[in-house]
Amino acid sequence: MTASPVDVAIARAHQDEWARVVASLARRFGDLDVAEDAAAEAFAVAVERWRRDGVPANPGGWLTTTATRRAVDRLRRESHRDARQEAARMLSERGPEGPTGPVEDDRLRLIFVCCHPALAMEARVALTLRLLGGLTVAEIARAFLVQETTLAQRITRAKAKIRAAHVPFRVPSPSDVRERLDGVLAVVYLIFNEGYLSGTGDTALRTDLCDEAIRLARLLHALLPGDGEVAGLLALLLLTDARRAARVAPTGELVRLDEQDRDLWRRDLIAEGHALVRERIAAVAAGGEPPGRYQLLAAIGAVHTHAASARDTDWSQVVVLYDRLARLDPSPIVRLNRAVALAEVDGPASGLAEVDRLAADLDGYHPFHAARADLLARLDRAADARAAYERAIALTANPAERAHLTRRRDLVAGP
Amino acid sequence: MPRYLLSVYGPAERNRFGDYPSKEEMLQAFADTGVFNEKLERDGHFVFADGLEPAGTATTVDGRGERPVVTDGPYLETKEHLGGFWVIEAADLDEALALAAEGSKACRGKVEVRPFHTRESIAAMLEA
Repeated sequence: MTASPVDVAIARAHQDEWARVVASLARRFGDLDVAEDAAAEAFAVAVERWRRDGVPANPGGWLTTTATRRAVDRLRRESHRDARQEAARMLSERGPEGPTGPVEDDRLRLIFVCCHPALAMEARVALTLRLLGGLTVAEIARAFLVQETTLAQRITRAKAKIRAAHVPFRVPSPSDVRERLDGVLAVVYLIFNEGYLSGTGDTALRTDLCDEAIRLARLLHALLPGDGEVAGLLALLLLTDARRAARVAPTGELVRLDEQDRDLWRRDLIAEGHALVRERIAAVAAGGEPPGRYQLLAAIGAVHTHAASARDTDWSQVVVLYDRLARLDPSPIVRLNRAVALAEVDGPASGLAEVDRLAADLDGYHPFHAARADLLARLDRAADARAAYERAIALTANPAERAHLTRRRDLVAGP
Repeated sequence: MPRYLLSVYGPAERNRFGDYPSKEEMLQAFADTGVFNEKLERDGHFVFADGLEPAGTATTVDGRGERPVVTDGPYLETKEHLGGFWVIEAADLDEALALAAEGSKACRGKVEVRPFHTRESIAAMLEA
């Protein structure tokens, strides 16, 4: 069944306008509950009305007007209307420091509320997907494999805390915005990785999470075009997502980067990601702030996607980028990735020596054993390689990765 | 303006210098906290603040029955107790958290930030 033009228009309006409607009502009425419910009602009315009367000339304006009326009706019905409206006025107009930050879009304010550090990480993710992404509670619950009631409660509690503790509906002050923005980017990256890395749950819903994360990153980039880390995160997500189709074989097995069919990579996403990376390199060269973590990860993704084959990859450039990343984030996982790249430059023995230094930190981390096993196999230490694959297989629950590791183990020649 | 309770918790048993490692450090923390309190007053945030005697000096009273029942000791049996607190007024949670961070540095303790009821929140509660 093909969707009717009206249904297409509604789906499109939902993508384009949901966050804008919620955000403008949140500012106007100072209450996320009112904003969310009124936006949902407006879209429900649109389904009925647009089918009957046709799609309005300005769908976004129609939805905002309808949602605003619904919100006003609801507040009229409630006895403490005056107090609430007073609170709403304070929320929207307060702030002796006046407008802060570069762009005062309501959606940007809403992002900072949803990703406020006073909320638990899982609440930030759920709120962001609901209020900015427009995913339903049922969709978010299924994507994260939690009960719908649990997820609904998580969102309700977060909204109650935002209201009671007076989380402000505004962009943080210039002195805090960098740190708070990093928190926002972490939420978006987590949503993407949940969709990209986790092997459990409904595949289509997981793809939705990746798409949603990219949409959020695009929105942030549109609102904060000059921010290097925002551009870096968007580029990183595009360059990672471009490889999605090549990452899992038809058998369901995970396919490692060097074995991927590069014809399956999305050239459009790669071109967009490369353009962003080039912009950032130019901005840094022109005296901008040095690149942060997301820009460096995006640059590494750009090196990989630039190469026609794994063999053609500029591995020494990858090592240099991981060196810079390690200076910002000296975590063992960054050092593991650096060691894997180093093995391509200096040979598997050098890589293995670096990897082995991380044993104490990463013994419970399956990619550590998988990387070690690959290097051992290349050094013809078959028995050690098989043992390391066994360790890696035992440590991962992801069926796609288990299939991949099992095949690699079986490729190692017997003694 | 919203009000927040900033609570500082510490071990039930204190050493000679409160919870501080030495007399000098205790005096320095007192001095820093005093400077912070003056700033709160100057900027219009200060409502009330003070430190408490050890939890062992507390008495719990239950007056709900016919006669009040008096028990020696704090209401909660835990290893950490409220050691002192501020009541402040702040524009919003961001401002309260920023002040709590300063207070925490001054007094050398973790600070819990909790909003007080407001007229609106009580009205909403009555309606629900």
